[in-house]
Amino acid sequence: MKNPLDSLWGTVIAGFVLTIVLYYIAKSMIGG
Amino acid sequence: MEMLPGIYRWIHIMAGVLWVGLLYYFNFVQVAALKAAQADSTAAGITKHVAPRALFFFRWSALATWVAGAALLSSNFAAAFMLQAGFQKIGIGAWLGTIMLVNVWGLIWPNQKKILGLVQATDEQKNKARRVAFLASRTNTALSIPMLFFMVAQSHIPM
Repeated sequence: MKNPLDSLWGTVIAGFVLTIVLYYIAKSMIGG
Repeated sequence: MEMLPGIYRWIHIMAGVLWVGLLYYFNFVQVAALKAAQADSTAAGITKHVAPRALFFFRWSALATWVAGAALLSSNFAAAFMLQAGFQKIGIGAWLGTIMLVNVWGLIWPNQKKILGLVQATDEQKNKARRVAFLASRTNTALSIPMLFFMVAQSHIPM
């Protein structure tokens, strides 16, 4: 499998995906 | 004294703009530019004159951003890093920023010194250094997206 970080847009997409994942983790921690 | 938090925030944002601005310059501009410059043998212009200057401001602005952010957190520093109630969002942002700072000083800069010839390295070591520095820089670009989200979220995005 290709490393998404080898591509600029793969990197940006990885950043947005990580944001969504962390958003739901933070939301569950806060209890919202 | 009551001006201090505002001053810390101002310095934190200014240094952060310089840091992340240069990070985006490296990733959005310089990587592709170097590839093209290597093809027509003009890469030295970038590696000799641009990259060392950019890296100087990059690594020191990274440190200044973190120190000003820590000063801004002040007595809430531990609460943020332990993700205590009310500090989860800024805490996640602070952790991401801290990982990025460690990447800059622990991976990017030591490997860039080999790539730019500031420390002795064999061709094999330079090739390995190029890959590690590249991936650390790309990792920081990816991490900067949620980091900025959570910095903003603390006061502006309800969860």
